[in-house]
Amino acid sequence: MKLVIIDYGAGNIQSIKFAFERLGYQAVLSDNAVEIAAADKVIFPGVGAAASAMEKLKASKLHKLIPELTQPVLGICLGMQLMCTYSEEGNTQGLSIFDVPVKRFNEGQKVPQIGWNKIEQLRSPLFKEIDEGAYIYMVHSYYAPLCDQTIATSEYGLAYSAALQRDNFYGVQFHPEKSSVEGEIILKNFLAL
Amino acid sequence: MLTKRIIPCLDIKNGRTVKGVNFIDLKDAGDPVELAAAYAREGADELVFLDISATEERRKTLAELVLKVAEKVNIPFTVGGGIASVEDVDILLQNGADKISINSSAVKNPDLINKLADKFGSQCVVVAIDAKQIDGKWKVHLVGGKVPTEIDLFEWAAEVEERGAGEILFTSMDHDGTKEGFANEALAKLSTSLNIPIIASGGAGNMDHFADTFTKGLADAALAASVFHFKEIGIPELKSSLKTKGIPVRT
Repeated sequence: MKLVIIDYGAGNIQSIKFAFERLGYQAVLSDNAVEIAAADKVIFPGVGAAASAMEKLKASKLHKLIPELTQPVLGICLGMQLMCTYSEEGNTQGLSIFDVPVKRFNEGQKVPQIGWNKIEQLRSPLFKEIDEGAYIYMVHSYYAPLCDQTIATSEYGLAYSAALQRDNFYGVQFHPEKSSVEGEIILKNFLAL
Repeated sequence: MLTKRIIPCLDIKNGRTVKGVNFIDLKDAGDPVELAAAYAREGADELVFLDISATEERRKTLAELVLKVAEKVNIPFTVGGGIASVEDVDILLQNGADKISINSSAVKNPDLINKLADKFGSQCVVVAIDAKQIDGKWKVHLVGGKVPTEIDLFEWAAEVEERGAGEILFTSMDHDGTKEGFANEALAKLSTSLNIPIIASGGAGNMDHFADTFTKGLADAALAASVFHFKEIGIPELKSSLKTKGIPVRT
């Protein structure tokens, strides 16, 4: 299986690569459109600010490619947020793969949310063998509200999308590569899609 | 619901852990990677590596260590100690650190906080603050607590949040090493006046101290070193004790 992690200069991709290595898979880091399009599975990571990440994506022309991919794609954290329509962070237009805008957490909650939270209402093969209420690691200031494409929820002052899916596109707000054993199961489930 | 985090801190010198450790099942307790993996298995929520080396090669040694930790450990970790530039941070994050922590360098050059937050995002910028009370006022100290300043803890904490820090790691030098509990009054003041997570450090001696720092100190996370390294407190026992008291923890 050919697994590609999109390397566009916005993310802690080393940790994702290592997480797959622990599962016995060698991932290729690439910003090459041909190589990404030819992969069996694609990981779209992202850490940092939405606007600058989107600029980097555009600079490498990947903003056109990603929505056209037909193999399973997993957006992680900011990667997932960039797959939405729009982000309040830096007033950023997204890839509109998921039909939901990304908003900032309300006042009254500490921002960023940093730490282990529960995922609930799991409804996807991505969460096979994951218990309702399993703990995963979240680090974010912005969130995708609940919508038709929500496949897992979490709660931080309000209920929001911990994961989204549309067709072959999956997105998780949390960091499976940092979410202990549960995260590894979720990554393994993605590879089995 | 977001849970309260328990964070063991590993002091690193020349790529090795320095404080004594009591993990019976480890081949090499001085190996930070093995120790980190053991803490992850026990249920630690995050780890902090604090580099106290003073050699010329420290940057390279630390970057290599970070790579090895990222390879083996499946929970988040923060790296601190002697980090003073955007370049220092870039290599540590590239090698797989989730967050970096700056302390004296932030006081000497506060713009560094803004630069790091802009370039890498607030979520990976932890500002560590060491402080002690002098004539009833909390004053920031530098260089591992050795150098006093006139800077007020609460004013500095507000400034680092404003500049883009994602989290504050507050160590009370008055409590550190005493094993008599965390500085809960100061912690509660930080936690209520700021809108970013606060990590409590200094003073952990028993399991009730952790409960108190979450309920009275309103801390979001608690960090300790020796009580974990010497197995005075086991992380699974600590988590179940906190859970019994109604404090949300990952178990």
